Amino acid sequence: MNRRSLLSANAKDKIFNVFAILCTGLSLLILVVLIGDILYKGLARINWSFFFNLPSRFPEQSGIYTALAGMFSLLLFTLLIALPIGIMSGIYLQEYGTKNKLAKFIEINISNLAGVPSVIYGILGLTLFVRTAGLGNSILSAALTLALLIMPVIIVSTREAIKAVPNSLREASFGMGATRWQTISRVIIPASFGGILTGIILSISRAIGETAPLIVVGALAYVPFIPEGPMDQFTSLPIQIYNWTSRPQQGFVTNAAAGIIILLVFTFLLNGIAIYLRNRWYKKTTA
Amino acid sequence: MENEFGLYKLMTKDFSLFYGPKQALKSVSIKISANTVTAFIGPSGCGKSTFLRSFNRMNDLIPNVTIKGELMIDDVDIYKNMIDVYAYRKKIGMVFQRPNPFPKTIFENVAFGLRINGEKSKQVLQEAVETALHQAALWDEVKDNLNKSAMALSGGQQQRLCIARAIAVKPSVLLMDEPASALDPISTAKIEQLIYELKSIYTIVIVTHNMQQAARVSDKTGFFYLGELIEYDNTDKIFTNPAKDATQNYITGRFG
Repeated sequence: MNRRSLLSANAKDKIFNVFAILCTGLSLLILVVLIGDILYKGLARINWSFFFNLPSRFPEQSGIYTALAGMFSLLLFTLLIALPIGIMSGIYLQEYGTKNKLAKFIEINISNLAGVPSVIYGILGLTLFVRTAGLGNSILSAALTLALLIMPVIIVSTREAIKAVPNSLREASFGMGATRWQTISRVIIPASFGGILTGIILSISRAIGETAPLIVVGALAYVPFIPEGPMDQFTSLPIQIYNWTSRPQQGFVTNAAAGIIILLVFTFLLNGIAIYLRNRWYKKTTA
Repeated sequence: MENEFGLYKLMTKDFSLFYGPKQALKSVSIKISANTVTAFIGPSGCGKSTFLRSFNRMNDLIPNVTIKGELMIDDVDIYKNMIDVYAYRKKIGMVFQRPNPFPKTIFENVAFGLRINGEKSKQVLQEAVETALHQAALWDEVKDNLNKSAMALSGGQQQRLCIARAIAVKPSVLLMDEPASALDPISTAKIEQLIYELKSIYTIVIVTHNMQQAARVSDKTGFFYLGELIEYDNTDKIFTNPAKDATQNYITGRFG
């Protein structure tokens, strides 16, 4: 009896194992096919002039110059707004805020905000920044909107990183007579820096891929100039790709594929850096 | 009254502490002289660590803690007067049960206390770190590796580093919460030797589960049970001829 139940448990174990491998394999296969398809279509299109040409109505002469410039300036302003507020909020909620019902309520809401569809943020940005605040279809409007979008991610990851710092380090610091701020700035932030940085980088890679909120706040598909200030109109790489995919000519589809490759490279690069930093930080604090 | 207080470094009078509604310390009164080693013994949960942590107000970090009674250090009641708790803690060194060095270099660990006091001079820092490491009997082992991470040291070395970190700011009292309980016998012997040597400079209060250790290192011993200080006397007397049955039973291993 015992032997039989053992056997069947073993069989169940094997079946589940095969099932899990199939599921993993399927999702990997889809990813490989997608990337392979994009590479096949777009890789040949990538050359020097693709990076430095302005958009054009001839696909062979089109480039992503303004889209890249728009993406980076957008990213810069987004981070300038989101990083200080996000990190400070994370520190406040974890280290200063009292643990009462209100704090719990705020915590749940921030976690929920991280899961709100990005187009909702776009509509909020349109009402609040573009119309009410009168900032127009500018980089600033878009950066404020994206900042709202990534702030929950930054807050949550900052809190998680700070939470992971062992309490014994807090005790050691307070025991030495350090004030709360000295403890946070000299012990807790250095010890959790890798985790905070990982969260920041992951939020950047989310921000550069966003399209929907940018369309809603009015990013333009055709921008024949480089933005010079936060109030300028702009385009961004995802917008450019979106625009190209909606054109009928085969040449623009190739351009879109090439643009996607560039965007993917940036995303993978950022994720790679995040993983590297996390490992380095982990080694430093445990070894 | 003034004179009586002046004789003692640490002193409590009817000191009680509550975690929410639960009373952890019941009217503890004790007088501890300067430059002595005092050991607190007793079964787990008897309040000895809580009492130790009261001396540098580490219990402030726990929500819902209330206290009653007096706790004086150098004739100052640290709970009644409007003292600056951060400045005050700098005068009281604390060593914890598990070694808890910061994930920084050995040098920066020891220099931490001076740095938060605003010390910037490289020479002053260097000298203070060296002195503290000498006092903690760690200098010879780490003098070539001051810029290596403290996390790379062994547990016993880490604990001596924590002692060096605590004494680098020249406190007058050193509180030790089971400082050797996570260490092997050789490291434990080193820590005990260190306690014996540091006695001439500091007033040391140590909590321990190890009764041989209490007998070896301390001048006076206090026995705690269920939040009360049952007996407090010279260590020799406690371990050879205790006045209370409860103490007798505990040190002979009949309960606890």
